[in-house]
Amino acid sequence: MFGMFNRSRDLRTEGVWIAVVLVVIFATLRYDNFMGLYNVQTFFGYNSMFILIALGMALVIMTGGIDLSVGSVVALSSVVAAYASPYGIEVALPAALLTGIAAGAINAFLITKMRIVPFIATLAMMLGARGMALVLADNKSVSVDWTSNFTKFGLTRAFGLIPWAVILAAVVFLALWIMLERTTLGRRILTIGGNPEAAKLMGVPVNQTLAITYIISGACAGLAGVILASGFGAGQPLEGLGWELSAIASVVVGGTLLTGGVGSIPATLAGAVLLGLIFNILNFENGLGVISLSAYWQSVIRGGFLLIVVILQSRSGGGLARRRGTT
Amino acid sequence: MTMTKATDMTGSSASGKMNFGQLARDNGTFLALIALILINMIITPNFLQVQTLYVNLTQVATIAIVAIGMTLVIASAGIDLSVGAVMALSGALAPFVFLSEFGMASPGLALVLSIAVALLAGLLCGMFNGWLINQFAIQPIVATLVLFIAARGLAQVLTNGNLQVFDNPAFEFIGSGRVLGIPFQALMAVAFALILSWVVRRTAYGRYLLAVGGNAKAARLSGISVNRVRLATYAICGVLAGFAGMVVSAINSASDANQTGQLMELDAIAAAVVGGSNLMGGKAPIIGALIGAAIIQLVKYTLLANGVHDAVALIAKAVIIILAVYFQFNRSE
Repeated sequence: MFGMFNRSRDLRTEGVWIAVVLVVIFATLRYDNFMGLYNVQTFFGYNSMFILIALGMALVIMTGGIDLSVGSVVALSSVVAAYASPYGIEVALPAALLTGIAAGAINAFLITKMRIVPFIATLAMMLGARGMALVLADNKSVSVDWTSNFTKFGLTRAFGLIPWAVILAAVVFLALWIMLERTTLGRRILTIGGNPEAAKLMGVPVNQTLAITYIISGACAGLAGVILASGFGAGQPLEGLGWELSAIASVVVGGTLLTGGVGSIPATLAGAVLLGLIFNILNFENGLGVISLSAYWQSVIRGGFLLIVVILQSRSGGGLARRRGTT
Repeated sequence: MTMTKATDMTGSSASGKMNFGQLARDNGTFLALIALILINMIITPNFLQVQTLYVNLTQVATIAIVAIGMTLVIASAGIDLSVGAVMALSGALAPFVFLSEFGMASPGLALVLSIAVALLAGLLCGMFNGWLINQFAIQPIVATLVLFIAARGLAQVLTNGNLQVFDNPAFEFIGSGRVLGIPFQALMAVAFALILSWVVRRTAYGRYLLAVGGNAKAARLSGISVNRVRLATYAICGVLAGFAGMVVSAINSASDANQTGQLMELDAIAAAVVGGSNLMGGKAPIIGALIGAAIIQLVKYTLLANGVHDAVALIAKAVIIILAVYFQFNRSE
C-alpha cells in the first residue's frame, strides 16, 4: 500500500500538499465558518468539475501532450445532458459521458492517425465542440427537466452529507490513481511521456496508449458537463471558457512536468484544490470586510500565484528537466 | 526533421525574393485564399464591393497584426498565450492616459504619451514572458499562461471592469482612419509584415531566430545568444499585441477590458499555422500569417454573409485548421 506513495515522494509533489495544509490551517484559524459543513460541501461540490478535468488533463500532460478542448467539451456535454434530462440521470449521465468520449476519440484520431500535434488538434476540437454546443443549444441555455431525477444529482447529497458530484469525482480520482500507479497502462503513459522513441522501441503501443489518455480526458470533461447542467439547472453552451487553462494550471501546480514522463494524480488533486482555495479565501476575506477586493483582483492574484509556483518548481526540478534534455 | 529545417532556412535566405509561385508551393494556403475569393464572387451577394473589402480589412487587421508576432514566437519554437490579455491591458491603458486630468489639459502630448504607454506595456509584458522562459527554463505555454490570467485582471482592475468610453478623433484614427481610402490599421498590418519579413530574411536576428527555433542547443553551441533572441522575439510579439489592443479600443471608441482580445491567442495561432508555421519552430512565414488571417476572416465573413449560423463558423474554422496542418505535414514528409 505504501508503494503507491513512492512516485510522489519528491519536493515538487510534496510541496503542493504542504501548501494545501498550510492554507487550510491559516483559513481555519482566521475564518469561523471555513471548516463549517456548508463551506466544505459547497467548495467540493463546485470544484469537483475542475478536479475532474484537471485529472484527465494530468494524464494527457504526462504523455507529453495537451488537451485544450476540455472547456468546450464540458459546455457541449452539459447541453447534451440537459436535452437528455427528461429521461433521468441514468440516461443523461451516460449520454454526456459518451459525448465527452466521442470528443476525446476525435482528438485521439487527429493526433494518432492524422499525426497532428496535440496542441493544434485539441485547439481545433475546442472550436469545433464550442460551435457544436452553440448549434445544438441554438445559442442559449437549455433548461433541464426539473420533474425528472436529473437535478437531484446536482442538488441533493448522498446520505444527506456528500454532494453526488463529489462522489463522482472521488470515484474517478481513485480509479485513475490506481490505474496510473498500479497498471500496465499507467506505466505506459509515463514511459511515453519520458521518452516516446524509447517507448516505441520497447514495444509500448504508443498510439493506443495516447488514444486512451485523450479519451479519458474527454470522458472527465463529459462528467463535468453533467455536474454543470444538473447543479445549475441548465445546459450552458457558453460556459467553460478558459477552463482548460485552469486545468493546466492545476496540473502544473501539482508538479506534473509539461514535458511529460513525471506526474502524480493525488498531487493534481491538491493543485486543483489549492487553486480553488484561493477563490474561497478571497471570498471569506471580502466577507470579513477587512479588505474589499473586486473579483478582478482574483485573476491578478491567481496569475501571481501561478508565477510563484512555476518559479519554485523550476528551481527544484530544473535539474531533472535539464538532464532529460528538454530545456 | 532537422534536415527539412535546414533546407527551409537556406531556401528562404538564398532565394531572398518571395514570388507568388513559391508562396503557393510553400503554403498552399495562398491558393486556398484565391479559391475562397472566387467562391465568394459566385455565391455571396454584393461581394465585389468596396464596402465589403473595407469591412473585411478592418476586421482582419487586428488578427493579422497579432498573428505576425505569434509567427515569430512560433518560429522560436515557443507560443504566446498572453496576447489577448496584453491587448486588453494596452487597449485599456491608452484611454486611461488621455482621459486623465493631465490628458485633458494637454491633449497633444497626452495622445503621444498614451500610445507610448500602451506600446510600452506590450513591450514589458513580452519581455516578462521572455525573461520567465529564459531565466527559469519554464515552457512557453506555462510562462505565458501567467500573463494570460494576470494581464486581463490588471486591465479590469484598472478600469474596474467598466467600459471607458471616449471621444478622441485623433486616437480613433488608429482604428477608423483611412489613408488613400484604405483602413489605417490594414496598412499598418501590411507594413509590420513587410518590415518583419525583411528582418527575418535579411538580418542577423532573423537567422538567429530560425536557428534557435530549429535547434536551440545547436544555436547555443554555435555562439548565438539564445536568450537575447528569445527576449527580443517575445518583446516584438508583445508590442504588436499592444498595438492591436489600441486598434480595438479605437474602433469601438471605448476600451473594454472584459472583451478586448478575448480568444485572440487562438485566432492568431490558427492564422500562423494556416499560414505555414510549424509549432516545432524554425519557420517564420510572416506573409503566410497574413494570408492565414485573411482566410480565417474570409471564411467567417462568407458564412455570415450567407446567413449561416455564427456557431457553424467555429466548426468551419476547426476544419480549416486541421486540413491546413494535415496537408502541410504530408508535404513535408
